[in-house]
Amino acid sequence: MSNAGTQAIKVVVAKPGLDGHDRGAKVVARALRDAGMEVVYTGIYQTPESILRAVLQEDAAVLGLSSLSGAHMEYATELCQLLRDNGREDLLFLVGGTIPEDDAATLKEAGVDEVFGPGTRTEEIVEYIRTRVGAATQTAS
Amino acid sequence: MERVTTDETLDAERIEKWRTERLSKDYERIPPRREQFTTLSGIPVDDVYTPEDVKDVDPARDIGLPGEYPFTRGPHASMYRGRPWTIRQVAGFGQAEDTNGRYKFLLAHGETGLSTDFDLPTLLGHDSDHPEFGREVGKIGVAVDTVVDAHVLFDGIPLEEVSTSLTINASAAVALAMYLIVGDERGIPGSKLTGTTQNDILKEYTAQNEFIFPPLQASQLVVDTMEYGAEVMPRFNPLNACGYHIRDAGATAVEEVGLTLAAALCYLELAKERGIEPDKLAPRVSFFWNVHNNFLEEIAKLRAARRLWARLTRERLGCTDPRSWLMRAHCQTSGVSLTAQQPLNNVARTAIQALAAVLGGTQSLHTNSLDEAFAIPSEEAIKVAVRTQQIILHETGAADVVDPFGGSYYVESLTCKIEEEARDLIHRIDEMGGMIAAIENGYANQLIADSAWEQQLALESNDRITVGVNDFVDDDTSLAGIELFKLDPGVGERQRKRLAEVKSSREERRVADALRALEVAAHDLHRNRMPFIEEAVRARATVGEICNVLRSVWGEYQPSTVF
Repeated sequence: MSNAGTQAIKVVVAKPGLDGHDRGAKVVARALRDAGMEVVYTGIYQTPESILRAVLQEDAAVLGLSSLSGAHMEYATELCQLLRDNGREDLLFLVGGTIPEDDAATLKEAGVDEVFGPGTRTEEIVEYIRTRVGAATQTAS
Repeated sequence: MERVTTDETLDAERIEKWRTERLSKDYERIPPRREQFTTLSGIPVDDVYTPEDVKDVDPARDIGLPGEYPFTRGPHASMYRGRPWTIRQVAGFGQAEDTNGRYKFLLAHGETGLSTDFDLPTLLGHDSDHPEFGREVGKIGVAVDTVVDAHVLFDGIPLEEVSTSLTINASAAVALAMYLIVGDERGIPGSKLTGTTQNDILKEYTAQNEFIFPPLQASQLVVDTMEYGAEVMPRFNPLNACGYHIRDAGATAVEEVGLTLAAALCYLELAKERGIEPDKLAPRVSFFWNVHNNFLEEIAKLRAARRLWARLTRERLGCTDPRSWLMRAHCQTSGVSLTAQQPLNNVARTAIQALAAVLGGTQSLHTNSLDEAFAIPSEEAIKVAVRTQQIILHETGAADVVDPFGGSYYVESLTCKIEEEARDLIHRIDEMGGMIAAIENGYANQLIADSAWEQQLALESNDRITVGVNDFVDDDTSLAGIELFKLDPGVGERQRKRLAEVKSSREERRVADALRALEVAAHDLHRNRMPFIEEAVRARATVGEICNVLRSVWGEYQPSTVF
């Protein structure tokens, strides 16, 4: 067994662009923190570059991107590219918000790991992260 | 026939006896559905309300009559028996002509007032050719770079007859000048223009998150618009103090009222420091409330907010003009209450919320469309939303009597409770140094985040049921045949082309002079900047150019990372 159980999973929760709807981002950030993860919330008005910087600086295992302004396709696909360019394909990349089903499918093809829509229980997100990040850590060790 | 009488009086003792002997028997047979009933905002709800619960209410002092202080029963005496509320659906997407088309569609279906949603670059003081944010052009609102766009937006709309709400905050001063100039250039004087700019910047820092400048400078700009409006557009409401976004961000009804009134007081008190008497500005302050799911709580909230505002303006600000005491309000049904699951259910939610807004005495109403959990509403969906208001007005009878809940033991008691708790919240904010301090120290943001979290916990523990989300769930997750609105992806390019044309045809010297004059004016916080913004807008300066001048002097506010 690795020591994954003792080390908190590091998560960056980010709001890209000019979208100010951050109730969901903050609720998810709090749920992840309460579940024992180490959470950094970027605040609003972030660019893909500033989000990448936060991910690299924090050496995060997970990125949660929240978008409710309809600009999720551009920001999320650009971030997928930036993460690849910086050797962080291993990062668990989650998107949340008002994402139409067709868009969610396209985002997953582009490299997003999962999309969580309105009405998702926070425990579902916690479980998903634990399973995925826990599994990755075990495979690596 | 003799009426059957009773010797017993309806006093506390009698009510207690009823509880122990009568009510408890019912509960022995059928236990209450929950251990504790509370409103959506967490206010405890008793089994039944009686004269005991309103024994401290003085009908003359606290309830009064419609159109009279303290306006608990409504700001006007005749309410909807005379003029119905304004059906005002907020709309905005794409370029100005797209939104203009939507306005005409809405007016053709019985809408009686306009409301404009601007896109994020416009709201945040960026132009459509901004290198980073250009991708958000026209997405969640209409793109407006210069007054040329504003002309297209209102083309063919009789501005002297239809009132317009400009749903914009950080850059509201620019939008206000644009509206005045569109009127002026069409030969409609400012004195004939009616409507509002939303312009309540303080709730942006706590809830909606569309701000540019630091709170003090931004609030002084709000005061500029209020003072300017009072002079050149005396029938226009430059400030529309908002609880809507505070509530949608997670606040309780009490927090919605308390934080909103604290903000409205803040602007009027800043004005007073600048030597502008509250009575000069307060008559043109209007309000905007969120009408959420708990039907009776929302009715009580609107009544409580009116009474508290009347008392604050009169007792605290010393206003003597009765128009200053009046709370006139727009309401919108709760966006956050809409569910993506089983979206047709949103029609029922919205109808019930709209009915609460009417019974609470709103002056203007937006009903959300059933597809708004996904996208900008389709024409079909927004028509149902308009029809919902028409059904309430013409079919239910709810609009035929003024304040029908007046005197209800429960609603009066809840009205008192909300007023009292909102007043306490304003007092706590005062002790911190006022609303700006309560933003800068993180208090207001934390308050709202905590309430949002509580509601999430209640949902996840199934303590509170949202139909279709945590109970009565369908396996079928299709959209019930709803065709979602799709935005034309070419909007950004076309808007950038128009912007380039405006820039190439304007008189650059005049623009530069206007912007320089604005920069000088921005250095003195007590000097009204509106005449300078007006000149810049007339010269076809862009929203971005004007806001960049103010950014260069005032700086930008760093977003909160509190959660």
